[in-house]
Amino acid sequence: MIVELGHFALVLALAVALIQSTVPLIGAGRRNAAWMALADPAAVTQFLLIAFAFGALTYAFVTSDFSLRLVVANSHTLKPMLYKVSGVWGNHEGSLLLWVLILALFGACAVWFGDNLPPQLKARVLAVQGMIGVAFLLFMLITSNPFLRLEVPPLNGQDLNPLLQDPGLAFHPPFLYLGYVGLSMSFSFAVAALIEGRVDAAWGRWVRPWTLVSWIFLTIGIALGSWWAYYELGWGGFWFWDPVENASFMPWLIAAALLHSAIVVEKRESLKAWTILLAILAFGFSLIGTFIVRSGVITSVHAFANDPERGVFILLILAVFMGGALTLFAFRAGALEARGVFSIVSRESALVANNLLLAVAAFVVFTGTIWPLVAELLWDRKLSVGEPFFNAAFSPFMVALATILPIGAMMPWKRADLGRALRPLWPAALLSVALGSLVWAMQTERSALGPVGVILGVWVVMGALTDLWTRTGRGAVAGRLTRLTRLPRADWGKATAHAGLGITIFAVAAMLSWKTEDIRVVQLGETFPLGSYEVTLRDVQQEQGPNYTTTRADMLVTRAGAEVARLFPEKRVYPVQAMPTTEAAIDYGFLRDIYLVIGDPQDNGGWAVRSYIEPFANWLWGGALIMALGGMLSLSDRRYRVAAGARRSPAGVPAE
Amino acid sequence: MIRVLLLLLALATPAHAVQPDEVLADPALEARARDLSKGLRCLVCRNENIDDSNAALARDLRVLLRERLVAGDTDAQAVAYIVDRYGEYVLLNPTTSGANILLWLAGPILLLGGLAVAVPMVRRRSQTRDGADLSAEERARLDELLK
Repeated sequence: MIVELGHFALVLALAVALIQSTVPLIGAGRRNAAWMALADPAAVTQFLLIAFAFGALTYAFVTSDFSLRLVVANSHTLKPMLYKVSGVWGNHEGSLLLWVLILALFGACAVWFGDNLPPQLKARVLAVQGMIGVAFLLFMLITSNPFLRLEVPPLNGQDLNPLLQDPGLAFHPPFLYLGYVGLSMSFSFAVAALIEGRVDAAWGRWVRPWTLVSWIFLTIGIALGSWWAYYELGWGGFWFWDPVENASFMPWLIAAALLHSAIVVEKRESLKAWTILLAILAFGFSLIGTFIVRSGVITSVHAFANDPERGVFILLILAVFMGGALTLFAFRAGALEARGVFSIVSRESALVANNLLLAVAAFVVFTGTIWPLVAELLWDRKLSVGEPFFNAAFSPFMVALATILPIGAMMPWKRADLGRALRPLWPAALLSVALGSLVWAMQTERSALGPVGVILGVWVVMGALTDLWTRTGRGAVAGRLTRLTRLPRADWGKATAHAGLGITIFAVAAMLSWKTEDIRVVQLGETFPLGSYEVTLRDVQQEQGPNYTTTRADMLVTRAGAEVARLFPEKRVYPVQAMPTTEAAIDYGFLRDIYLVIGDPQDNGGWAVRSYIEPFANWLWGGALIMALGGMLSLSDRRYRVAAGARRSPAGVPAE
Repeated sequence: MIRVLLLLLALATPAHAVQPDEVLADPALEARARDLSKGLRCLVCRNENIDDSNAALARDLRVLLRERLVAGDTDAQAVAYIVDRYGEYVLLNPTTSGANILLWLAGPILLLGGLAVAVPMVRRRSQTRDGADLSAEERARLDELLK
């Protein structure tokens, strides 16, 4: 019964979305207040209906209702409760339901937090949001309905893919989707502004928080996914340039560009057309990401749906929304006159450079991701594009970005003096080069990657600190410290996010260049050296988990005789899906992780053991979290809470 | 069906990436083998190199690669030997031959294109003086105020 109600609610949500996407739009055109006002209750109702449908599906999973096809295919009575719940979105149909739920949530948020939006803009934004809802609800009901029943329900289900039975992966998709789908708000704002034919400082101020929220969620989602890959896949890798990873990385890069260019619109009323274009592209890349993941056209570890019909449908959605928005852009972009004037050396120019580098980097990832498809279609060449390509073609743009970042961040708006902007940065530059050279001299290998990572990381982090410090003005240190605490949150957010990027860059370089690896056969009781540690294989036991059997090793890590950690790496077999997984045991540390993997028994009675020392592994995810924290600080800035309202004349917008 | 087969394959040989018995005695040769295997694709896997992969085929390729290196092949010869047998698909690092040059140059070309658009735009912005877009009326009023 509840399931049928959920199904019904979903169909009803489609009807509501149809109304939401048409009536307010016409109302805005005719300046009919009543028609425009319909958008608010429609958006909220749509959200409540989809939330009910989602609740109904969750109920079916939690109670193991095996009359539902989806539950049979993805659940099992013995599965722990957490994974019964996360199983709701651990499959194609359920993840789409989560997608539209979040889409409707953002629409409802625009109603709840959008009191200060002009009614016409709000009606148009919600209408565009409703159109996206219509497209995806149709897609779900026609090709991927989660509420299909089975005529003869089986006694038990086929279980969730064991790789997905993991806390990291339980929360990875919701965060990513919050990011992906959040970009639909920026898109809706962009299209609404194009329909209206005007973009001003206030528009920049409204669109930026939505972009920031999406970017924060994308950052956390990507970091979670990378962390999951690191501890679950069993060889300590953290990024594989897999098409599905790229699918989330491209919108992240574009969103990062967008949230910088939106500042220029807000503060200086420049780069309007470019910002609109970025907002359209950011959501376009989200749709492309959805297409890549959901169609399985580019097969990869994550693609659990291989159905061409679905792929064609999403491609159609992509074509309609991107085609429509870009056509609108082509007609209206000329009308968006820029106001702010800036010199060649200025904050504005630096942000143009930032945008250019981020956009090109996203484009390189895009080309590499679809190239195998293009090559096969056009030249019948079956080829692969993997990690070596991306490392070589993508990294230079990031190096360039990190190099100019601290300089650009120090420049004033409108007109800057390069010498004056650089002066406070000399200590940061000297320190980074000095540390880089020191590391270069200390390390035994020839790779320049490590030292370059140190130089860039220190440069960006110190640059962010310098930026913060120079904002406190001149005078005694005590006075400056007091002023430091009174700086706007936006300044803190900027410095924090930039520092997080610096830390991430350093950690990536460190993990790629200074990893220690050891592969060997170990007898029970045998001790072997690993870097400056000794590892002993004490015991190996067969044990029984809730829904798996496991081979569990007991290993002791010591340093100069003193115990450092006792670790229990496992090798599990999930009998329902007959699938083995490795569960690496990791001793997390500030400067290094010790990462142990137990392999197979050998003919001579020993065990294959793989062990790694991963330097600065936690700095990678720490850096990403610091970036997200910077975003949150920026989001909590006073100017988004107070007086985001009335459209002001450009003269009324404070320059900083 | 293929998925079931792959699964059976994985079950039959629950190997895990590089195995101790594959490792060459000569550390220099082994290091070369590891480097090369990171650039070769495991053909039955999804986007995994043979160095990381658990599949039986990846193991065969790792062993084959090591055999070629032991036989005295250079890095290029050993890779060419494998590409001859398994096709271009096995290379994770695409060559620059034919249309692939487009793939490699896509980033630099777009950057130059972007600069070609952005630099004149920034120039224009910097040459427009503040207030240049004022109407005659507004300018008169400004002059009035500044008097």
